[in-house]
Order: sequence, then structure tokens, then C-alpha cells
Amino acid sequence: MKLEELNDSTRAALFEYLLFLGDNNLVLGHRLSEWCGHGPMLEEDIALANLALDCVGQSANFLKLAGDVEGKNRSEDDLAYLRDTIDFRNATIMELPRGDFGYTIMRQFLVSTYLYIVFKDLRESSFDDLKSIAQKSIKEIKYHVRHSSEWVLRLGDGTPESHERIQKSLNELWRYTDELFTHSATDHSLIEQNIITDIGKKKSEWLEIVTQVIKEATLTIPEEKTYLYHNGREGKHTEYLGHMLAEMQILPRSHPGASW
Amino acid sequence: MVVKVSSEDVWQMLSEVKDPEIPLVTITGMGIVRDVLVTDHHVEVVITPTYSGCPAMKEINDSISQKLRENNIEDFTIKSVLSPPWTSDWITEEAREKLKESGIAPPHKVPMNELLTLLRDERVVSCPYCNSEDTKKTSEFGSTLCKSLHFCNGCQQPFEYFKCI
Repeated sequence: MKLEELNDSTRAALFEYLLFLGDNNLVLGHRLSEWCGHGPMLEEDIALANLALDCVGQSANFLKLAGDVEGKNRSEDDLAYLRDTIDFRNATIMELPRGDFGYTIMRQFLVSTYLYIVFKDLRESSFDDLKSIAQKSIKEIKYHVRHSSEWVLRLGDGTPESHERIQKSLNELWRYTDELFTHSATDHSLIEQNIITDIGKKKSEWLEIVTQVIKEATLTIPEEKTYLYHNGREGKHTEYLGHMLAEMQILPRSHPGASW
Repeated sequence: MVVKVSSEDVWQMLSEVKDPEIPLVTITGMGIVRDVLVTDHHVEVVITPTYSGCPAMKEINDSISQKLRENNIEDFTIKSVLSPPWTSDWITEEAREKLKESGIAPPHKVPMNELLTLLRDERVVSCPYCNSEDTKKTSEFGSTLCKSLHFCNGCQQPFEYFKCI
């Protein structure tokens, strides 16, 4: 399917979903970029900044497409820098403060594995432009999964302190993972048209990869099944996102149209 | 002045444009140039980014523009496409040799089953300096997005590997 073939209601639903994809990577990328100059060692400082670059690059592709689908002449930069918290559609887990290195790594592992599953399906999307971005992004995400899973192993099966700290991160982050597998009401028409797939049905696939690594890292998946929802898809966020956007958006908001 | 050029001429010009991050190789050797379309008055160059977040794309655009203008081509457009996605398999044999000469181990061929390498890639990366296979990966990300860091136990030197994507 091409852009011109989409009807108005599909466009509106797809715009929302593309914001979800774009905002997830934008917010996560920004959190990763906060490590630049603060990494625990030079190699990881560089690695986290490179991960951030991938995330922001992918986000730019999704948001550019979102702008095209919306048809109101908004560029990827307009969407990234000129929307408020309530307009952001990212999942809560992406916006949580970066924590310590283990926390950042654990989030990266849980989220990259999720994005890998999402992009794997979107490679078969009936909407050509989305398919193209997914086919490109999945190659990059594979490296994110590998990088973070190797660190989960090293920290989990490392010293007593590293084990304890990354287990604590897992316990804290776990409650935010279920939100990733929910859909908003408008997604269902997209699922029916094979533009996206029902991610709720893919949780077992995600859990299988995650469990394999967690076990090998001698860590334990929390038993408590209480999940927290702020429901980012509806624009409901933690206070952390507002602070993050204030920092991220101040330049383009203070100097509209600035360029160099 | 309108200069008649063929697409072969344009390909030749582009083969002189260096990759801004690895100046030993060219943008055609890296497989970044996907197509050249020449009509009576217009030249269109189609390129694709290696990585979504590749920060060199603007530089590459500028270098292509400069090269075309040097050859008296003024009426041109540069189009960036995402599909089909760039793969390290598009790097030419010549460019692979050049990478190796500059201390960067060239990429493996992309495996058919991607799941095989999702959690770990156990393929041996040979040292570009001494060809020893006794090497280890020190970091999944090197000085740029497209490279990882390795160490050769044979000649005791660090080196980079151009990642396979």
C-alpha cells in the first residue's frame, strides 16, 4: 500500500502509531545520549552515544513519515521539538531517568528485544514506507540486543555488587514492560489492514529471549505480576518526561527556525 | 552551459568521492550510491544511508554536489532512499581490500538466518594486520556506528571491524 491509498481514518490511526514508534526511539535515544561524557569507561561512553545515534536516526525516519501521513506539513523536527508532553506517545519505560549503568543496560536489553520483535513484524507491513523503515531499523536493533545482552550477562554473573544492582534494576523495570504489549483503540483498524500486527500476541516470543538471557546471567524475573501503567499512548506520562523535553526542546523553542 | 553526460560518466565522477569517515574508500565502493538517472537536462543521484543515524549523510550530499559542479553539472538532484536497506554485502571487493589496508577488518557476509547472530556472533574476525585468528572483541561499538572494537592476541594490537549488517 502507498500513502495515497490510505483513507482518512487509517491515516489518523497510522499517524498515532507512527508517533508511538518515533517517540519511543526519540525519548530512549535522548536518555542514552545523557551518558555522553559520563560512561563508566571510554568504550561504553562511545557505545551508548552510538546507540543514541541509531535511536534518534530511526526516530527521525518514523517522525518524518508521521508528518507525511498527517499531511499538515509538519517535519520530523517540528514533531520532535514543538510538541508538549501530552502529545508524546512513547511508552513509560523509555522516559524513566537513566539510573546507574546497570539500569540503563537492563532497560536497553528489555526494550531492544521488544523493538526487535516489533520491527521483525513490521518488515512485512502492507504499508510500503513503514516496511522500508522497519527493514532498515532491525539490522541496527540486532546490535543493540547483542550489546545489552552481553552486558546483562557480565553484570548479572559478575561481582556480588553488580549482581545485586542489576537485579534491583530488573525488579524496578519489570513492572513497566506489560504496557509495551498493549494497543490503543485506534490500532485495531491498522491490525485488520495488516499495516501492523497485534503485539499482544508476541509477548511470549519476547519473554523467551529475555528469559534465556536473564537465566544465563543468574538473575531472576520478578514474580510479582503487578504492572504499572501511565499509558503513554494516551499522552499520560510521568513527570520525568516533562523535564526531559524542557532540556531537549529549549533551543528550537527559544530560537524558532535556527540553523547552522 | 549544458554539458551532455552519460550515466557512466556520472558513475565515474562519483567513484572519486571519498567516504567522509573512511577516506580510503569511496562512496561507490561502499555501495552508498544506488542509481544514477540521466535525462536530457537533469541528473539524479540516488543514495542510501548505511545506518539510520549516520551523521555523514550531509557531508556525503555536499561532496557529491561539489563533484558534480566541478564537472559542470548544475541541474541535479540527490535523492536519499531507505529501501532496499543498505547492507555491508554491497561493499565491493576493492573497498574490502582498502578497509583491510587501513586497519579495519572487512565485514563477514550477512548470514541467511539472522536469529543465529541475535544474542552472540561467534564468527572469527581475523586481524587486518597479521591475519591472526586469535582475536577478541573489546566493544560492540567503535569510533563510528559502523565499526566494533577488537584486539589481536597475535600482534598485540587493537583494531576495528566493519560490522556486518
